[in-house]
Amino acid sequence: MIWVLVALGVWAGGWWINARLAASPLSRTRGGRIAVPVIFGVTVLILWEGLVRGLEVNPVILPSPSAVAARFGDSLPILWGDFVQTALKGALSGYAIGCAAAFLTAIAVDRSPFLQRGLLPVGNFVAALPIVGTAPIMVMWYGFDWHSKAAVVVLMVFFPVLVNTVAGLKASEAMQRDLMATWSASYWQSLFKLRLPAAMPFVFNGLKIASTLALIGALVAEFFGSPTEGMGFRINASIGQLALDMIWAEITVAAIAGSVFYGAVALIEKRVTFWHPSQRS
Amino acid sequence: MNRLLPILTVLAAIVAIWYAATVMMNRTWVYDQAARADTSVSFAQMVPLTMDQERPVLPAPHQVMTELVKSTLGTAPTSKRSLVYHGWITLSATALGFVIGTALGCLLAIGIVYNRAMDMSVLPWAIASQMVPIIALAPMLTVIMNTFGATPLVTKAVISAYLSFFPVVVGMVKGLRSPDTMQLDLLHTYAATGPQAFFKLRLPASMPFFFASAKVGIAASLVGAIVAELNQPAGLGARLLQGSYYGQTVQIWATLFLCAILAALAVMVIAAVERGTLTRMGMAR
Repeated sequence: MIWVLVALGVWAGGWWINARLAASPLSRTRGGRIAVPVIFGVTVLILWEGLVRGLEVNPVILPSPSAVAARFGDSLPILWGDFVQTALKGALSGYAIGCAAAFLTAIAVDRSPFLQRGLLPVGNFVAALPIVGTAPIMVMWYGFDWHSKAAVVVLMVFFPVLVNTVAGLKASEAMQRDLMATWSASYWQSLFKLRLPAAMPFVFNGLKIASTLALIGALVAEFFGSPTEGMGFRINASIGQLALDMIWAEITVAAIAGSVFYGAVALIEKRVTFWHPSQRS
Repeated sequence: MNRLLPILTVLAAIVAIWYAATVMMNRTWVYDQAARADTSVSFAQMVPLTMDQERPVLPAPHQVMTELVKSTLGTAPTSKRSLVYHGWITLSATALGFVIGTALGCLLAIGIVYNRAMDMSVLPWAIASQMVPIIALAPMLTVIMNTFGATPLVTKAVISAYLSFFPVVVGMVKGLRSPDTMQLDLLHTYAATGPQAFFKLRLPASMPFFFASAKVGIAASLVGAIVAELNQPAGLGARLLQGSYYGQTVQIWATLFLCAILAALAVMVIAAVERGTLTRMGMAR
């Protein structure tokens, strides 16, 4: 019982500190804006730990964060192997192929407004479909290893990137295009010097959406068949063994991988589109 | 016509590529069969043989359509072979989960907009959760819910709910904050109370954002329900997994098409409600 009381006390204390921080001038500083969510996250973890210990929750239902952390530390080699299999081989290679293919397709249809008017609605429609469902077919075609996961990822990221790139290539203003014309710039010159740079905020929007989809695709595809390695495989196998601490450890890895992936794309975006108003504030 | 023609052209091209791929991918089997029977097939004989195999590598579009029609219209909806039966199981879980997730999402968004401490502590996590594949939690939630004795419908609805929850929170916070200071000040000069400002300004202003995130949310809900069904006896996800176990490619493709149709219908329903609501509110563009 003492655990529960301590946990609830810490929770109330954390919330009080956050309420005070949010009301104080500190909330407008950079440090304050980072401290408040961090305090919130830490108190959630302490509350979780305290409740699991105090109420003696069965670890088969909910393991405590300390148990998950211990499992995480114990099985670093396994987790690293799963990460390489799913995130690097499956998601990243599929992401690279899919985004490159979508980007090139967008440039290829750029000269034909007719094809664009056809592809955009179809692409928007397909982007809303549950493409994850193609996973069993890809597993059948390309086998259990990472190739089938990469194929699912290619399908998942293709349309969001395509739609965003096509929209981005229209983003430059008529005045700017006219200016290029007065300099007698060729199609390719105006593409590389004006329209592609102007399209970059849109392209990166697509790339950011795709970075999330890539990891989801690779993970879910492993539920349909995988070698004895990979994050999705480990989650499915651990359910059979009721090793929930392992599942939470894998989810931690997935969360870290997802944030790092997204963060990397956002960082590149910051470098490439430094001129855009949203990056200059 | 001007808008329809390009779309039809693209669709026709997709079907043509599909047929070509069917011939390319299924011909190995035809040639193998011919070699085993010690006969040879010409190209003209081979093409029709690739179109109606029982377990093709890639089924032809008309095979998928035939199977889809047969298993939706041609089978009694109560039969376990009927896709209507499986589709209804998935759709009911999706709808229930979507309603729960959206309602909770709106409530949290209201809390975030009106409480600064909540805004600063919860919102960054809600945004961060969108970069994380939270769907990885689905199989584990299924197990936990099962130990509590929840029905499959409730289990799937919970998973659908949390997948649609975060997009709605983020969208609604944006929407409820969309009125600018001038408009809020105007209500202030009218001596509007807090609830009045909420119901007459913030809530109406948030509607376009609400529908935009509802469309994302329902698509996520459907994916959640399908993935949650991988460990269940019935539903479209279970049907996909069974098909992949037994190599029933035509069945997989037909199920996949039904998933796509359901997703499209769900988004279209929300779009229709959106159009109706925004027109009545005078916000339609």
